Amino acid sequence: MKIHKYDTVIVGAGGAGMRAAIESTKRSRTAVLTKLYPTRSHTGAAQGGMAAALANVEEDNWEWHTFDTIKGGDYLVDQDAAEILAKEAIDSVLDLEKMGLPFNRTPDGTIDQRRFGGHSRNHGEAPVRRSCYASDRTGHMILQTLYQNCVKEGVEFYNEFYVLDLLLGEVDGVRKTAGVVAYELATGEIHVFQAKAVIFASGGTGKFFKVSSNAHTLTGDGQAVAYRRGLPLEDMEFFQFHPTGIWRMGILLTEGARGEGGILRNKDGERFMEKYAPVMKDLASRDVVSRSIYTEIREGRGCGPDGDHVFLDLTHLPPEQLDAKLPDITEFARTYLGIEPYTDPIPIQPTAHYAMGGIPTNVLGEVLADNTTVVPGLYAAGEVACVSVHGANRLGTNSLLDINVFGRRAGIAAAEYAAKNDFVELPESPAAQVVGQVERMRDNTGTERVTEIRKALQETMDANVMVFRTEQTLKTAVETIAALRERYLHVSVQDKGKRFNTDLLEAIELGNLLDLAEVTAVSALARKESRGGHYREDYPNRDDVNFMRHTMAYREVGEDGVESIRLDYKPVVTTRYQPMERKY
Amino acid sequence: MSTATLDKQEPKDATGSAAVELITATFRIRRFNPEVSAEASWEDFQVEIDPKERVLDALHKIKWELDGTLTFRRSCAHGICGSDAMRINGRNRLACKTLIKDISPEKPITVEAIKGMTVLKDLVVDMEPFFQAYRDVMPFLITSGNEPTRERLQTAEDRERFDDTTKCILCAACTSSCPVFWNDGQYFGPAAIVNAHRFIFDSRDEGGEQRLEILNDKDGVWRCRTTFNCTDACPRGIEVTKAIQEVKRALITRRF
Ligand SMILES: Cc1cc2nc3c(=O)[nH]c(=O)nc-3n(C[C@H](O)[C@H](O)[C@H](O)COP(=O)(O)OP(=O)(O)OC[C@H]3O[C@@H](n4cnc5c(N)ncnc54)[C@H](O)[C@@H]3O)c2cc1C
Ligand code: FES
Repeated sequence: MKIHKYDTVIVGAGGAGMRAAIESTKRSRTAVLTKLYPTRSHTGAAQGGMAAALANVEEDNWEWHTFDTIKGGDYLVDQDAAEILAKEAIDSVLDLEKMGLPFNRTPDGTIDQRRFGGHSRNHGEAPVRRSCYASDRTGHMILQTLYQNCVKEGVEFYNEFYVLDLLLGEVDGVRKTAGVVAYELATGEIHVFQAKAVIFASGGTGKFFKVSSNAHTLTGDGQAVAYRRGLPLEDMEFFQFHPTGIWRMGILLTEGARGEGGILRNKDGERFMEKYAPVMKDLASRDVVSRSIYTEIREGRGCGPDGDHVFLDLTHLPPEQLDAKLPDITEFARTYLGIEPYTDPIPIQPTAHYAMGGIPTNVLGEVLADNTTVVPGLYAAGEVACVSVHGANRLGTNSLLDINVFGRRAGIAAAEYAAKNDFVELPESPAAQVVGQVERMRDNTGTERVTEIRKALQETMDANVMVFRTEQTLKTAVETIAALRERYLHVSVQDKGKRFNTDLLEAIELGNLLDLAEVTAVSALARKESRGGHYREDYPNRDDVNFMRHTMAYREVGEDGVESIRLDYKPVVTTRYQPMERKY
Repeated sequence: MSTATLDKQEPKDATGSAAVELITATFRIRRFNPEVSAEASWEDFQVEIDPKERVLDALHKIKWELDGTLTFRRSCAHGICGSDAMRINGRNRLACKTLIKDISPEKPITVEAIKGMTVLKDLVVDMEPFFQAYRDVMPFLITSGNEPTRERLQTAEDRERFDDTTKCILCAACTSSCPVFWNDGQYFGPAAIVNAHRFIFDSRDEGGEQRLEILNDKDGVWRCRTTFNCTDACPRGIEVTKAIQEVKRALITRRF
């Protein structure tokens, strides 16, 4: 075991982690621990753009953006946070440009902007061009630009280090941050990082679904680690299903395709979104479009022999426009489906995409231990966190924004905290829990296999916790997951070695997915209403009287050692926007 | 050696849709694990798989169902993160962007680590020297004077000038396909030059001269023998050789 000491430790080197690192490295001795090489992070997969009311191409302002974000989130958004997001968006985009990001340009040489779902002029009048973009690889360019600036600032990375535990120490009865414990992939060695401040920026948890736009490595490690240390998880029932994933594979085709004029069609060739969202049509918010697609499919208007998908039609767009604005996604269609998007519509279905919920934080990025108490020295930013700027449904282009605005804020706040505070003494045998976990997994001789449990988990999540949910499906999911967790105790791995043991780490990642899937299903079962991404067929309406509140899920361990989930609720911060019916 | 056999299968996937034609393909994988043996060796695996799936899917099938010790890197599974460059049938490709049907699955498919880099285990190589070469070309925007309050302006044409080289995902497929690099690991390699190009030809950047000096080094662009291996290998379709030529020309004319 090795012990390291840093002022600030950042877990994750995606957009949020690197944006934080650029700030905290200037102000404090910082280490970034990441299970992937920084440029492999899934921020690089983002395509469509990053929202900011620059008003470069048409009238726009941050207040309209705030409103759209709150409405898009079906009024579960904390309005003070949304206002910060929309206001700081402008500098956040300009900062990236100054760091070198090659945005597409207008004829005047300013940053070009395009339409995206749910973003409107003057509170819903018509779509507005607010998304700043670099072709259809905006996330790639953000990730590259941030990494380049980390190189410039001399940020210290520990690549292929998996953080498996968070260390908290008690000082005068207050739980404070002491550090993290990590597993080094190359050697199997355990490292303890003592730190005054820790920032979790470890990304989403989309791999508990089968049809998903998320990378294999998005297994919610940060959320799971925090949860096991007794911290709550907020709004985990809100998961976004993106309307346009490649049929069966889930690979994303950006909403920017519809922003450029792409149209969704059913088997009769009908532009069905006109029925469901007369104003915004194909650019209504994602939850609305995903439900509309499944409604078409359920009512027999789906395409293909099994009627299980619809088409994204780009054939009316000039090939030059597709080449210039959507080169990557048209290539995905060619590579993976053998389809020519110039002439053929692309079969799509909704794909699991984004976790609105996560580790609760305030607007500084400080992690909350309950509805109000901050954990000193602990921060979270990006998809792992729930600020909550996305509420019940995130608008497209608001996450690349979120990682930049709140990554920056967390980086500054953590470094400033580290400057003013001392190290907290490490608990006795700080690595004991991780060593135990790794050894149990390596030595287990049970007959269960990771692949089978993961597959069963993903299948039950797709079948029961997806776009349409009911009491019955959610109960089925909760029971299935409980049984899978039982089987998981008997999982064994084949690779017993120390060197690059990805077999072992996949098993540990599965444990994280199981815990988080359970929290998601239990939280969803308790929310007897429909709001944003959470749609209950048995409670099809939004219920502001009983459920205009955030879910806070805690792990409890009884005296008998039995684990359970306790749900509590937290009020939504409302400033100036009163809930209205959501129409697009 | 086995040949692929075609057999009709009942629908298997969760969507329960039309029958998929599965084939049995042989994957011949170069294995190396110094914890077990100092020698590398080939190992064959037979997998029953839909030929429209990716090589990465086959590797997962092997790892998840046959041999958990098989080790490779991967993340995004659709050609964006750059984790899984490997030599497939003797050519550098991303496993997640190569469909089995496109690489003659009736014969054994060979899979081995990319060349010219130290193999650490199976298909995993040491990427540190590769990233070091990248960092050495100062891959970040260099400017002088006060920052403008708004964005810097750039015409669409100026933006287009370096568009191709912004696509790089640092997968190392190009560098590890280069015969010059195989013989001399000190050579910066195509990927580092591509990333230097991305800044040298960015109208906002003022560090072009510095970068050109770095690449004028004995291990710099002049080592390139224009074999086009890199261009063929690039999974992002970047015209790598052309970019290297442009950097050479800029060194001669000092115009960029
Ligand atoms: C296909 C796709 C397209 C998208 N398009 C858009 C878009 O156009 N606009 C938009 O706004 N949003 C988009 N999103 C959403 C957005 O890209 C993500 O929400 C965002 O990039 C997440 O960034 P992050 O920094 O939080 O996490 P990530 O970029 O996922 O990074 C997570 C980091 O954590 C590290 N990590 C994870 N676990 C551990 C561990 N245990 N120990 C150490 N390190 C760990 C990883 O190595 C990685 O570096 C898209 C998402 C997808 C999947
Ligand atoms: S797994 Fe990301 S490029 Fe292949």
